[in-house]
Amino acid sequence: MSTYVKNIIDKYNNDETRLMDILIDIQSEIGYIPNEAVEQISQSLNISIVDVEQTLTFYHFFSQKPIGDYVVYLNNSVVANMMGRSEVAKTFEEEVGCGFNNVSDDGKIGLYSTACIGMSDQEPAAIINGCVFTKLSPARVKDIVADMRAGKNVKEMFNEYGDGQNNSELIKSMVFNNIRKRGEVLFSDYENGAALKKVVTMTQDEVIEEVKTSYIRGRGGAGFPTGLKWDFCRKSEGEIRYLICNADEGEPGTFKERVILTELPKMLFEGMAIAGYALDAKNGVLYLRSEYTYLKDYLENIIQELRETNQLGENIAGKQGFDFDIRIQFGAGAYVCGEESALIESAEGKRGEPRNRPPFPVQKGYMQQPTVVNNAETLCSVVKILLKGADWYTMMGTRESSGTKLISVSGDCRYPGVYEIEWGLRIRDMLEMVGAEDIQAVQVGGPSGTCIGERSFKRTICYEDFPTGGSMMIIDNKRNLLKDVVKHFMDFFIEESCGSCVPCRALTVILKNKLQKILDGNGVMNDLTELKKWCNMMKQANRCGLGQTAANPILTTLENFPEEYEKLINKDIDFNSGFDLSAAVGESCEAVGRTPNL
Amino acid sequence: MSEKIKFTIDGKECFAEPGQNILDAATDNGVYIPALCHMRGIKPAGSCRLCNVKIAGRLMTACTTPVEHGMDIENDIPEIQGLRLAIIEMLFVEGNHFCPACEKSGNCELQALAYRYQMMVPRFPYEFPVKEIDASSPKLIIDRNRCILCKRCIRSFTDENGKNIFAFKKRGHKLQINIDAKLSANLSDEMAQKAMDICPVGAIIRKEKGFDQPIGTRKYDKVPIGSDIKSVI
Repeated sequence: MSTYVKNIIDKYNNDETRLMDILIDIQSEIGYIPNEAVEQISQSLNISIVDVEQTLTFYHFFSQKPIGDYVVYLNNSVVANMMGRSEVAKTFEEEVGCGFNNVSDDGKIGLYSTACIGMSDQEPAAIINGCVFTKLSPARVKDIVADMRAGKNVKEMFNEYGDGQNNSELIKSMVFNNIRKRGEVLFSDYENGAALKKVVTMTQDEVIEEVKTSYIRGRGGAGFPTGLKWDFCRKSEGEIRYLICNADEGEPGTFKERVILTELPKMLFEGMAIAGYALDAKNGVLYLRSEYTYLKDYLENIIQELRETNQLGENIAGKQGFDFDIRIQFGAGAYVCGEESALIESAEGKRGEPRNRPPFPVQKGYMQQPTVVNNAETLCSVVKILLKGADWYTMMGTRESSGTKLISVSGDCRYPGVYEIEWGLRIRDMLEMVGAEDIQAVQVGGPSGTCIGERSFKRTICYEDFPTGGSMMIIDNKRNLLKDVVKHFMDFFIEESCGSCVPCRALTVILKNKLQKILDGNGVMNDLTELKKWCNMMKQANRCGLGQTAANPILTTLENFPEEYEKLINKDIDFNSGFDLSAAVGESCEAVGRTPNL
Repeated sequence: MSEKIKFTIDGKECFAEPGQNILDAATDNGVYIPALCHMRGIKPAGSCRLCNVKIAGRLMTACTTPVEHGMDIENDIPEIQGLRLAIIEMLFVEGNHFCPACEKSGNCELQALAYRYQMMVPRFPYEFPVKEIDASSPKLIIDRNRCILCKRCIRSFTDENGKNIFAFKKRGHKLQINIDAKLSANLSDEMAQKAMDICPVGAIIRKEKGFDQPIGTRKYDKVPIGSDIKSVI
């Protein structure tokens, strides 16, 4: 029995529901999870080896074999590619001497691709041993690889530090906030603890009523009214209640949570405590994506500080019986864990497979108890709502979309970054604000959202017109929309589907192959008809939001950019199987040394 | 006894026990709703999506949705039957299903559904994926070419100590069934047979055991699947 694995398992009290943490700790300690460790975990937790493996193999950042002393995860998102990822990747391969998904011969450096890491405003970016490297160029990559060869500590490889708290002692990262517009709610004056002091003078019903009256809706994208969710949870029967903050932020092109966690963590934790008070929840979990591990020490330190100043812990803000504490749960690379029930599964140490509804998380969530899962931005907004009142809040925004919204802007524009806007902003005005020109399309809400063109720029960002979690990727006219964007998004969904539902698992691949057929010049009109029909099956037939929206990249471009497809279609023929006979028999032709007249 | 719940499927008046899911209730009322992942008595998975029915304009999986008073459920309508056929076709193209060479032919629920839904050739191109066969267990062979990832074995089968023999591995289109070779070595012949019977297709096959029943006399060789509930008109 290896002692360090035993120590890690002991640290989590042999608790099966902390399997994620056990695996994360082993992965970070030895760089991979050896079979002996899997066996040891299975014995200690009294579960099968396959039980350990099912969680282990679900997450992208776990590995069962050594992946290098330095592990480079180069972002492979659409925006990263727009910003010059391929040159950077090529330089990595040349300098390291191996291709991606491989480790150098000496075992020193591993090269891997990963989905959007929340740095779309400073791409190309990579995570190396947990540290984020932004704005990479071939020249920078040469330096970094030389540093790795020289055995430098990763933190010594930075060539600059970011702004604000990014430059603070416990973070010291290259990341920049890029806060471009400060609004009235989130990026305005904030006095830590003031809202909490006020809240403890109110009853729980009053707090929930205030949140209801503010009509704030979930900022993750789905837009469920927050007050109502709290109300449902509090009225659900359970032994104990939980509050989970969703900071998984996996939707490509989104990075607002990164900025909240960096600059407003105290506001976030205060919001969590307020929710804890209203729900009568004593336990809070901050579910944080693995990509933001570089913020771990900083956030844990702040949680400790808040405990010491009586804003977390027992009898908070002097209120007898108001106990609430927070633990951080890291993910390990799975987009689907942004879906609230998948997130709960993951926080329980399992595969991130979305649950069936009913029951809803507010009825039976984390540990089968009533649970509220709120987005980080929502919880921050709640702090200001309770401090300044629902009336103040509803004065901003539109009728059905009160308050402000953080949008993450990236792609082809002069000023990528985070903007706090009032709901109701027209897309056209947004584009002007961010310095975008010669625009072909805007991907609103990430791959699961909508791809719109000029015709829709008059629409407004709000729940009644164009609801969004806030990702805005701008694509200009020099891009190949179908090849550089749509196909990429389909690859993303294929990779990130949990695989449970048949249509999501199978049809994503089928749709992508169909798109490839069209891109290869083998498409006929019937392919477009079928594409549309099959996309609609995805929408109807799947369990969770991922599956229901996974066809959106194709569906919304078919609708808004039909000409992009039609120009690739051969309209003179009705049928083309797309089957390349000479390629199919190529190998045998070579073996026998003659070429048939095909 | 608690009062029965009244609801309709395609206009037919039906009754259910409180808390019963739509799929089980439909079966009890002589209405056939196809499913590959559902097994009565174990927690529904809602993953094959074949049992999708329409309630108030929305598709819901019958296995995971409890019946409610006054529900009007649409089941045998072209939209839904068409979707079901499409899902069956998806399963055929994402795996490698060669019925004539399969030990389960005639007892296979996927094959039987393809017949019941009169599938000719799948509308989707075959993928012919390369899948591994896992024969590491002394008792069972896992043929992933045929596996439809319904999770029945995972959800309903443990060894005598309550430990899981089967689990998922990986995710998305790389998803597969994983078998604990060591634990499965201790399975009795009866348990190994049970594992094979749970599997709706031929993905879990017993080792060292031949065919008991000739092809042509098996469960779905004579009548379509679901005929015990409702025959095909």
